[in-house]
Amino acid sequence: MNRYNAFRLIREGLTGQKGWEPAWRSPAEPRPSYDAVVIGGGGHGLATAYYLAKEHGMTNIAVIEKGWIGSGNAGRNTTIIRSNYLYDESAAIYNHALDLWKGLGRELNFNIMMSHRGVLNLAHDEGEARQLKRRVEANRLNGVDAEWLEPDEVKKFCPPINMAPSIRYPVIGATLQRSGGTNRHDAVVWGYARAASGLGVDIIEQCEVTEILTEKGTVTGVQTTRGAINTPKVACVTAAHTSVMANMVGLRLPVESHPLQALVSEPVKPVMPCVCMSNAVHVYMSQSDKGELVIGAGIDPYLSYTQRGSMDIIEHQMASLKELFPFVSRLRLMRQWGGTVDVCPDASPIISKTPVDGFYVNGGWGTGGWKATPGSGHVFADLVARDEPNAIAAPFTIDRFVSGALVAEHGAAAVAH
Amino acid sequence: MFVIKCPNCGERDLSEFSYGGEAHISRPEWRDEMSDTEWAEFVFMRTNPKGVFAERWNHAAGCRRWFNMLRNTATDDILAVYGMGEEPPEVTANLPATPSGEAAIGSGNDEAKVIDAGDAADGGGGA
Repeated sequence: MNRYNAFRLIREGLTGQKGWEPAWRSPAEPRPSYDAVVIGGGGHGLATAYYLAKEHGMTNIAVIEKGWIGSGNAGRNTTIIRSNYLYDESAAIYNHALDLWKGLGRELNFNIMMSHRGVLNLAHDEGEARQLKRRVEANRLNGVDAEWLEPDEVKKFCPPINMAPSIRYPVIGATLQRSGGTNRHDAVVWGYARAASGLGVDIIEQCEVTEILTEKGTVTGVQTTRGAINTPKVACVTAAHTSVMANMVGLRLPVESHPLQALVSEPVKPVMPCVCMSNAVHVYMSQSDKGELVIGAGIDPYLSYTQRGSMDIIEHQMASLKELFPFVSRLRLMRQWGGTVDVCPDASPIISKTPVDGFYVNGGWGTGGWKATPGSGHVFADLVARDEPNAIAAPFTIDRFVSGALVAEHGAAAVAH
Repeated sequence: MFVIKCPNCGERDLSEFSYGGEAHISRPEWRDEMSDTEWAEFVFMRTNPKGVFAERWNHAAGCRRWFNMLRNTATDDILAVYGMGEEPPEVTANLPATPSGEAAIGSGNDEAKVIDAGDAADGGGGA
């Protein structure tokens, strides 16, 4: 893997740009056997492969992706990074991810455009303000940076916001996580793919897993549209299709796949200095480096794998947004799209072994998976390599739905899932 | 977005309806003897199929009655509407050729169309 640096940029500029090579190898066909196969070439899957290779020395592995890497939810999210979750278990994994985000660009030698611009979570009534203040205290106890802003401080931190007391749901304060922010989703996918490929990981695109082969309750391989692969370990990181994959080994999961939509405005000059989210009126917005305002909210209520949602959901969030940020009313929307997210009943992920030996599941991230990408891949790689969950992954087993030890972030997280 | 044909009110916009999740899950009668695993199955575990799915809807902004519907979750095609307590009718659907592939039309996911082994040589589908 050629390193990217200023010297190389200049050298290539002077020699006709002929020395560049593809960022990751694209083997024409998968090998007949691997030590582990990661299904799903999104952010979490590629991160899993990267950490398997880097931290556990498992370089004879493959990532199998049915489309192009990053063509699923990794390319459809709104790239918001934060870790201000209420419960200890969630704070641990999301803060682990945030710590990794901080150095990831350097580690991958790829500019992921990480911007710690701060994330505001607005309060619109006394009850919500109390609940958010409680979360600030819980965050601080867990080492997550969090603070409470009074209305004048909110306005100072985010000047375009409408603080008028006359609006339907006036803003009476907000929590701020200064280390939160945004990054560039494609760059993260490409960076992980390039780094993993550089360590020897095969990234097989346009190859769909159609069957998971087992013998006496143990994984022996996978059948794909490009032939069979023998492997003792299958790490399933397929988001929307988690239930579909689990079904291949006769496993039922508590996840349901819903559309989640997002949209961007036409590009404008910098107006939005931070990420601003409101749980009560349910909308959030940030501004990308291209200048587009990136807008999102919640899932469509019904199950669907179609990667598109309904207009009423968009209408609702745009109405909320217009009241919070009146200037958006004259902007045109450039693009609107949907992804399919697998939602767990307690709005926390599943990072777990399964009753089938060698079949591991990382899914159920719902609407909040992007921010966890490096942490998720890191602890999942640990689980796949050692066959035991570490302290961060342990609370997120499938068994919690039997034991009742849920990590119930529904409503407790900063924005409704 | 789709238009749902309420059995009582006729065709109405999706936004008039509220969703009731997977149909035909009934509360077990012998609940005193149930194990935690069986409870988990009833409370949490779901089929979540990519394909034909039986689900409950309520016409919240209309007749406020519940009904069942068969829908293809791979395309959002509505296949049948039937009453509560009734068995789902036989239907045909435009299903993906492979478990996590995309249906021939209507899935909206053009980046990851189904790839047949025979088509792999020409690069499969995708935009």
